[in-house]
This record gives sequence, structure tokens and C-alpha cells, in this order.
Amino acid sequence: MKIGFFPGCSLHGTGKEYGESLQAITVPLGIELAEIRDWACCGATSAHATNHLLGIALPARTLAQAEEEKHGEVLAPCAACYSRLAAARDEIAHDPTLAQRVNGILGKPFANSVAVLNIVDLLVKMAPVIKQKTTHPLTGMKVASYYGCLLVRPPKVTNCAEFESPQVMEEVVRATGATPVEWPKKLDCCGGGFSLSRSASVVRLGREILENARSAGADVLLVACPMCQSNLDMRQQAMSRRSTKPFDMPILYITQLVGMALGCDSKSLGLGRHFVSTAPATKFMAAASTPAAHTNQPTATKEA
Amino acid sequence: MARIGVFVCHCGENIGRTVDCARVAQALGELPGVAHAADYKYMCSDPGQALVKQAIVEKKLDGVVVAACSPHMHEKTFRRTVSSAGLNPFLCEMANIREHCSWIHEDCEAATVKATDLARFMIEKVKHNVPLQPIRIPITRRALVIGAGISGIQAALDIADGGRDVVLVEKEPSIGGHMSQLSETFPTLDCSQCILTPRMVEVYQHPRIKLYSYSEVDAVEGYIGSFTVRIRRKARSVDESKCNGCGECQKVCPNRKIPSEFDVGLGKRSAIYVPFPQAVPNIPVIDRENCALYKGRARGAKKQACGRCAEACGRQAIDYDQQDSFVTEKVGAIIVATGYQLYSIGKQQEAENLKGYGEYGYGRIPDVIDGLQFERLASASGPTSGKILRPSDGKEPKTIAFLQCIGSRDPAKGMEYCSKICCMYVAKHTMLYHHKVHDGKAVVFYMDIRAAGKGYDEFARRAIEESHALYLRGRVSKMYREGDVIKVFGVDTLSGEPVVIDADMVVLATAMRPQPGIEALAQKLSISYDGHGFINEAHPKLRPVETNTAGVFVAGACQSPRDIPDSVAMASATASKVLGLFSAEELEREPLVAHIDPALCVGCFHCERVCAYGAIEHKEIRDKNDNLIKIVAEVNSGVCQGCGTCQATCPSKADELEGFTDQQIYAEINAF
Repeated sequence: MKIGFFPGCSLHGTGKEYGESLQAITVPLGIELAEIRDWACCGATSAHATNHLLGIALPARTLAQAEEEKHGEVLAPCAACYSRLAAARDEIAHDPTLAQRVNGILGKPFANSVAVLNIVDLLVKMAPVIKQKTTHPLTGMKVASYYGCLLVRPPKVTNCAEFESPQVMEEVVRATGATPVEWPKKLDCCGGGFSLSRSASVVRLGREILENARSAGADVLLVACPMCQSNLDMRQQAMSRRSTKPFDMPILYITQLVGMALGCDSKSLGLGRHFVSTAPATKFMAAASTPAAHTNQPTATKEA
Repeated sequence: MARIGVFVCHCGENIGRTVDCARVAQALGELPGVAHAADYKYMCSDPGQALVKQAIVEKKLDGVVVAACSPHMHEKTFRRTVSSAGLNPFLCEMANIREHCSWIHEDCEAATVKATDLARFMIEKVKHNVPLQPIRIPITRRALVIGAGISGIQAALDIADGGRDVVLVEKEPSIGGHMSQLSETFPTLDCSQCILTPRMVEVYQHPRIKLYSYSEVDAVEGYIGSFTVRIRRKARSVDESKCNGCGECQKVCPNRKIPSEFDVGLGKRSAIYVPFPQAVPNIPVIDRENCALYKGRARGAKKQACGRCAEACGRQAIDYDQQDSFVTEKVGAIIVATGYQLYSIGKQQEAENLKGYGEYGYGRIPDVIDGLQFERLASASGPTSGKILRPSDGKEPKTIAFLQCIGSRDPAKGMEYCSKICCMYVAKHTMLYHHKVHDGKAVVFYMDIRAAGKGYDEFARRAIEESHALYLRGRVSKMYREGDVIKVFGVDTLSGEPVVIDADMVVLATAMRPQPGIEALAQKLSISYDGHGFINEAHPKLRPVETNTAGVFVAGACQSPRDIPDSVAMASATASKVLGLFSAEELEREPLVAHIDPALCVGCFHCERVCAYGAIEHKEIRDKNDNLIKIVAEVNSGVCQGCGTCQATCPSKADELEGFTDQQIYAEINAF
């Protein structure tokens, strides 16, 4: 399966392990990611907060490029990129005047024909394949799926049927053999882009999320957004300070979880790049390996 | 030569302002076949009508054209006038020079010419009109009422007390409907069962009411005055004629853990059961899905798995082999009173367009219940004997959050309408709660308090002022269980603050929806329903209890969300309509129906396919030796509504609609 790929900035920066783990799982899942040539910033945060037209035109430029490259679908793994691309697509589709203006800015024909996928859309479609290709079922691992804000909202853009109580990430979790836990704060705000400007708020919000996930019995917290990951991972120590007991909650990307189940080695999944140790997660991976292969080192089992 | 009279009405200024009526009358008077032409300020007034009558007699008119308003307005008036002067009423036609001319034009000259033309077309039509006689249909003076909730019960009793027989069909084992589940009723707080059960008994004992409980309408044929209804009597597995309702069978049933439908899952019942102690009829039914004996049979077990109820029955009333049976009843009118169901907020919805409220945890959190479940908790006959105890651990909740408009007024959930009763019953719930748990705190999240009705707003105020319910204007975004409490995240939009309530129990006022299967029933009856499945009335203001099929009426919450007083009023209205219909032995109706000439009909039955009312029947044409020559279409004039679709469809021109024959229509067009 070949699909257009829009990495966005974070997969090259703070979310490097997200990009690595995504690339790692494409092989066993049989996905070919064709990176869109000369892609531009999606316009998240600064552009769309300051200039509406720029906020639409930037993602439209990338979509137009994808269209030119004959992609039917574009994968945007970062939730913010996904949101910007999908919102631009939706607004252009419903506002002919805006479409005209954007076309003028782009200076090339654009039919707005490219569908935008987020990582969960893609993986939930592949869930049967994941289940079938799982070599290291993560039996016993309790996973709290954290959606945050942009993955399912606004529903008119994301077309998510159950945006108040989504279950799509849980479906992927089940495919890896792990157990999804039901917890109420899976849609709460992580503080998003205020990580630097209002870090106290981010710590407070994150603490509530982590406490809730922990009391639901989660071993790991699963995300599909570099912003959520960095907030919950990087500031976890600060969050621990006012909590009843310190957190040691690995914040895994959904691609990392899938990669673990598929038997990808921990280096290729970037599991060493986290602030909070991923050991509580990788122990399930090790447990799934054959006793002979069981060492303290993360296993580098080849695909069966 | 025809002798037609033309009467041009000024309608005060309505027509007279833009149309020169005197000139119209003068021009028309000169046309061939017109024996009399006059104009008058108000033709529909008594003197105006007298002019028409006088002219008919003096000028020996054989046709009348009134150029005035829409025939919807006054065709009946003028036909009656013409008839009283001795002329057949169907020789009178109206030319619409108001809605179709004066009201929509400003140019007086052009409007005058157009008015003259419109009247001229009608003059040509009237030349081809023939006298028609009203159709008389015999009436079976017996009514069918579908659904025996409070609406059906009221309608049945009113008709029966009015001296006509009633067939009452109820699909549940007992009559009583949702009202029998309620604890107290607003705005008087009188006990629901106390006011309902006497009526239920009255229905059962009434000599003019024939009750089929645990039965459903299977098929309906016929038309107003003469319906044939097939009723499926579902197998109770208990012989109604033998059972005396002693209840011994229920005591010995080994499966006693089945969630009770009557207690909305909060109580338990046995596999052979009577829904509630005051059930009418007090005859049990075996729930075959949960009965060990039937489950054994389904598995193909050779030995009978159970049989304790039959052993316990002293009257040999248990009949394990009973099958569904059918009865046919002839009735002249039908009342649909199938009531409502509550919208289930769970994720599984029966319709595509409906969405659940996963974020409220209904079905996951046992202490999140709906309004009907709260009624059962508050009811003296309920699973907790009227004590407010929460389902999870039987503790008395000290804080209850009541959430209004769950589903209602929410297009995203597929129901944009207001369910009307929730504001009132939530106010009632807070009062009942306050009366029973004095230190309890009721918190109500609402969108608007819609308490329109006699004594209603006062009642809602009492909930706030005397029962100290805390009303917060805002919605709840989510709730979840944390330890012993349910965290309710909401917003108070009046103060603009987000609020979090630690509630011990949450009651959701879920939307009212029509009963499942209403569409299938409506199709059997040829009546229409809206996008939600509510039955459509013939006219929202002027014909609120009639449907678009003659002889079929609608009462209660199957037409739109209604409370008890509204439902009862509506039911009585249907009863009076039915009794009015039954006051004559024959039904007289306008003869403007289609006729098919059997000599021309080739039996293609295109007409049958396009007829929206099922009025086309098959008729065999035989020679004198009884050999079949052909099968032709025939119009059942009792069912035909005179829409003319069949006439337009007929390829062999065998089909004519009286009053609108091809000849008449062509005469109009030719005059143009």
C-alpha cells in the first residue's frame, strides 16, 4: 500500500522517535510512505492563530503538491498537522470563495481531492494485519489510550463518529495483544502549545491526566501526537512533585506499541529517546519473547 | 345551448382593487352559453348567495361559475347555495381570481384580462359538467384502538361509553402502558397507578370493549367505515380461559433472575410472569427466550427440561405447545395510540442517524439511570418499595444530578425536537427526592425550563423554591466514576463557571421517541410518519387527531411527545371523531372519485402501481357461461381520494376522475 506522507516538523525534531517507529512498522505492515516533495509547514499554532488565510493556504499548498503527485490519501502522523490539513480540506470544500482565493495563491490547479489520514485512521484499518503479524503479543500490558484534542475534534472535520467517547485507539491496542483500559480523561487537554509559555498549567493538566490513567490501572499511556508526548513525557518529573507518589508512566507513541508487538527492535522504535524510561513497557515485549532470547537487553528479534 | 350564470366577486377590496369586476362580468355576459352575469361586493355573504339563487330560478340556469377566491375557501359554500336552488351542486365551479390573480398582480388592466380568462376557462369546463350524486358507504360502527396505554384506554372507554363497540389491541401482556410504571404525576403529584388502575379494570370489564392483550395488528385492509383487521395473538403459553391468576406458577419458576421490563431492569422477574401486580389481565405469560423448557427444546433435548409451572397450576392452564393464533375483526374506524419509548443513550442505536452518549457512561456506570428507572425507584410498587436507593450498592444517594435534554434538542444525536415532558418530570423527580430524602441535594442541568401548561410553571418553581433543587443552566460534558461518586463535569452558563459535582446517582432525562415498529404499522395503515417515526396528523392546527387516511385517527405520544393530560385530551378527541363518524349508518362522501371503463381497460394495472391509497382492485369479467374474459382494474370508491394519478397514468384512457374528466380539462385548455 502506497500512501502520501507528510512528516511535518516534529517528526524531524522533538518527535524523532515517532518518525523512526513509524518507518520501522511500515516494513512488516507492507506500507510504502511516499514523502511529499517540498512540503511546507502545516501552519499549526502560529500561522492559523495570526492569519486565517495563511493557515489555510499553507496546508493547501502541501495538499496540492500531494495531488500533483497523484496521491489519493496523505498520512499526517502529527495530530496538529493532521488537524490543519483536514481543516483546510474541509474549509475549502465548503467555502467556494475561499477555495478561489486559495487557488489564486497556490498558482496551480487544485481540486482538493486528497483525503487526509491520521495515524489512528491508518492503523485501525490495518488492525487485522497487525493482529496477524504480531510476533510479540503484549499480553497483560494495560494501555490507557490518550486522544487529546485534535485527533477526533472537531467532528465535522475529523468525521469521527464517537468523538466524545472514541474507541479507535483501543482497537489498535487490542490488535497488539495488550489490554485497553477505560478511563475518563482520554480527551482532556494536555496543555498543548503552552508548554513553554504557561508550563505551570501544563504540569497541572498533565498531572491530572497521569493520575487518572494510573488509577485506571494503566502501565503505559499511549499517544498519537508529538505535543501530547512531549508534554507528558518531558514534564513528568515536574508533575510527580505534587502527586501522591512519583510517576513512572512511559508515554508511548502508538507506532511504538505496534512496533513492539511486531517484534521491531527497540532502537528502531526509538524507545531510548524518552525522558521517562520505557522499561515498564518493554518488559512485556521481553516477556513475549522465547525464554532463550530473554535477556535484560531489549530483544532484537527478527520478524518471524 | 347552455344557460350558465357567472358571478364575479369583489371580495371587498381584495379582488376589486386590482380587477375591474364589473368589466369582467360584462365581458363574460357576452359569451355564448352565458345566460346571466353579475358582480357583487361579497358574493359569499347572504345577499350575495341570494343573488345566485335568484338567478338560477329566474334565468333557469343549468350551470354556475363563481369567479372569486380559491375553491379551498368557498367551493363548499357555493355548491350548497346552488343545491338549495335546486341545481345539482357539481354543476357549480369556481374560478380563482383572488389567489391566482388579484393578490399577485399590480397592473389593473392585465389583471382584469386575466380574471376574465380564468373565468372563461371555467365556463367552458362547466359546459361539460354532469350532475353527480354523493357516494354512500355503509359503516361498520365498531372501532379498533391500537395500544392500551392511557391514550388507548381513554379512547376505548369514551367510545364504549358512547355506545359503540371497541376492539382494543395491546402488544404487551398487560394494558396500562408507561403510565402504569410512573410513581406520581405532575403537576398534582397524585399517584399514577391510583388514577390509572381503575380505568384499566373498567376497560377489562366493559361489555363493549373486546381486549386482545399480548397481541399485535398483523394486517389491515379496507377503508373508512369498513376495515378488516387481522390480529396476531401471540402465544402466552397460558390458556386465558382457564387461568385464574392465582400466581402459583410464578412461585415455582426456577429462573427468577430475569431483568424486569416493567422495572426497566432494576427489578427481577421469573420466566413465567405477570408484569406487575395490578396487571390487566392478571394472566401470566411465559418468556420463551428465558424459560428452561423452551431453551431445552431449542437445544433439541429429548427430555422436558422443566415443567414446574404446569405441575403447580391447579387448573391445567399452562399450554407449552400454544402457537400464535390469528383473529379477524371488522371495524369502521381505527385509532393509533402506540405511545413512546425512551431514547437509549447506549452506543448501540437502532437507527443509523441516532448517536449515543458514550461520555455519560450509561450501561457502564450502574448509578447512571434514565427517567423511567427513577420512576420505578420512586414508586411504592417498585423494586425498592419506593425508597430512593441507588442500584449499585443500595445506598441512599445524598446528591443526585438530573440531566435534561439528553438527546432532545440535539441535532447531533438525531433528535432536534423538544421532548416536552422532561422539564416537568425532572421538577417532579427533585420534589419526590426531597420528600423522601430530606437532606438530599438535587442538581439539575437544564437548557431552558419549558413549563408551559396549567399549573406547570408554578410546579417547576416549587421544585426550586420549596424542594431546593439547584438548577444550573448548562450542559454536562462527561462523567465518570471515581471511588464512590460519579464526577459530573458541567458548566453553569449563567455564571460562566465550569462546575464539577460529586453525585451519588445521575438521572438522565432521555428523549421521547416513537415505539419501535411504528413505521411498519403506519405502512399497514397507509398513514404517513415524520423522519423520527412520529405519526403525521392531517393538519397541524385544524385536523390534529386525523391522519391523511380517512377513518384512521391518532392519539397520544405516537404523534409527538406528549404528557398525560395532552394524551388524554387527544384520545377523547379521537373518540368524539369516531363517535361522530358512527352517528350515521352510512357515510356520505363527495363523488369526485376515479372510474374505470371495463370495456376500455386492458388490465395493465399501471393505475394500481401508482395509487397511493390502495384503491385499485382486480375485477374478473366473465361471459354468460362463466368463462373468464379478462381481468380489469376497478376503483374502490370508498378508498379513492380523487387525486387523479391513475387517470394521468392510464394508457388506454379508460380511467376518468369525476369532476375532472379529460373532456373537462381539455375544454379548459382549449378556451385558453
